[in-house]
Amino acid sequence: MSKLTLQREGDTGVVITRRFAATPADVFRAHTEPALLQQWCLGPDGWTMPVCICDARPGGTMRYEWRNEAGAGFHLTGEFVEVLAPHRIVHVERMHLPDPTPDNRVETTFTADGNGTLMVMRMALPDQATREAMLATGMADGMEVGYARLDRRWSK
Amino acid sequence: MHESPRLDATLAALVDPTRRAILARLAKGEATINELAAPFPISQPAISRHIRVLEEAGLIQRRVDGTRRPCRLTPGALDELDSFLEMLRKGMERSYERLDQLLARMPPGRKDKP
Repeated sequence: MSKLTLQREGDTGVVITRRFAATPADVFRAHTEPALLQQWCLGPDGWTMPVCICDARPGGTMRYEWRNEAGAGFHLTGEFVEVLAPHRIVHVERMHLPDPTPDNRVETTFTADGNGTLMVMRMALPDQATREAMLATGMADGMEVGYARLDRRWSK
Repeated sequence: MHESPRLDATLAALVDPTRRAILARLAKGEATINELAAPFPISQPAISRHIRVLEEAGLIQRRVDGTRRPCRLTPGALDELDSFLEMLRKGMERSYERLDQLLARMPPGRKDKP
């Protein structure tokens, strides 16, 4: 529906926005019901989420496990802090690669916007270095490295 | 994604914009520390420290060439990061495209209360 936007906020924050052509209630369900999450929250084609635990209530836990066709995999664990259906979720998450990444506190809001829903996902990383590392992983700002890779390819 | 200690070291090395710029320069070919330091308004010892971090992360290598010790990118060093980047970069937008399709298929009638 609309492209993802991703921006820095303050010293350690990242804000992601995306619009959807559905009600906040439906977008909320898609973010909290395992059977729905397993249909879309998969990343690139070729990945599946064989395990999806999402106990969306304050104190509830989440565990998402992803696998690809080659048998590679990683997982994410987290805990819900606030859940106000259908408009607001606050949780803390970390990736296990398999060593855990620093905790990422994520506040997600779903707001009615015309006929659709605006999602705003605010991430508070523990420090600036972690934030920059995350951005450097190409989500927005790792372009120097991206260019370096292109250059490398061209120079072959 | 199998060798995460390596990935962690890679990410830590990439946090710094000067180090990313050094990698971008080395992508064009070998360079000495003097050559690498030239574009930056920081001291050569500071550049040497960045080089050491990149070297310890396995991202670059130095070879001996007479009195010169040029740096170059380690072949394949970014491969693991590449697969992780690919996952993140493409993954998020691909997920939301899939969510768009899922939302379009969800039965109507569950409207939010005004």
